[in-house]
Amino acid sequence: MASVSLDHALILAAILFAIGFAGLLARRNLIVVLACIEIMLNAAGLAFVAAGARWGRADGQVMFLFVLAMAAAEVAVGLAIAIRFRQSLHSLDVDDADEMKG
Amino acid sequence: MTALFWIAAVVAVLSTLVVVTRTNLVHALLWLVVSLFAVAVVFYTLGAPFVAALEVIVYAGAIMMLFLFAVMLLNVRADSPVKVPGWAWVGPGILVALLLAELVYGLTRTSPSLAGAEVGPGAVSAALYGPYVLGVELASMLLLAALIGARHVAARARDELEAHEAFARGAAAFTPDDATLEHEPAEPAPAPDEEWPPAQTPPASPDGAWEGDA
Repeated sequence: MASVSLDHALILAAILFAIGFAGLLARRNLIVVLACIEIMLNAAGLAFVAAGARWGRADGQVMFLFVLAMAAAEVAVGLAIAIRFRQSLHSLDVDDADEMKG
Repeated sequence: MTALFWIAAVVAVLSTLVVVTRTNLVHALLWLVVSLFAVAVVFYTLGAPFVAALEVIVYAGAIMMLFLFAVMLLNVRADSPVKVPGWAWVGPGILVALLLAELVYGLTRTSPSLAGAEVGPGAVSAALYGPYVLGVELASMLLLAALIGARHVAARARDELEAHEAFARGAAAFTPDDATLEHEPAEPAPAPDEEWPPAQTPPASPDGAWEGDA
């Protein structure tokens, strides 16, 4: 397994991050936007783990655990906001929320 | 192990591409589960089996289950297949292609090979409860805050939904029959979807059905 080089793993993380970023910019569905944020967080965690594996240390995996906890917290609040969004605006299109007082 | 890495990487990229382009919400989320499984295999090939297991358990298990519960709770079938126009991908595509090119350029300058040593759960736990124990405490505080916040937001939504339904029932009971149409009602019953949040005082129904329902 030593033949997988660090930049291959980091490029994979960059590609996944870029795909999630493109989806975040292009899609307007609130649930898909949250899923794209999950993709980007997962790619960042992959970069952490790859960098930790480069030096054979556990710190990268510890950082991934923190990213995981943050992603869980983010998605819980985000989906609660999505439920509120749907009930108050009767849609899931983020472009419908263009007023401060929804 | 290298072949495993590349196969999993290709599967991850392709399934993630499907996730962001699929308009059916449930299909997109199930493809995201495939992507997370592939990333878990990548973690395994990088010598991190503990994180690979957590990726499957927490990401693909708990978080995606939360997504699917939310989708089923929201009942998004009615407005889910919103077609994404092709031109919507042009600007983000160009920007992201530039970003990715810069990232790849920056990442390929040096090419150190990975150490190859597997870092098992023991070492991760020793680091987690050694120098990073403050981070664990902060993560628990963050999760508690998220739990309370999500409960607060969703509970307000449920209360307002109940008030909305009770308001709709009161408005439906207020429809005047033919005998009362001679004199106009002083205040016509508003449509249920007309105003949100609904007014605090429901319209008084002539037969007192509101009090019975409330």
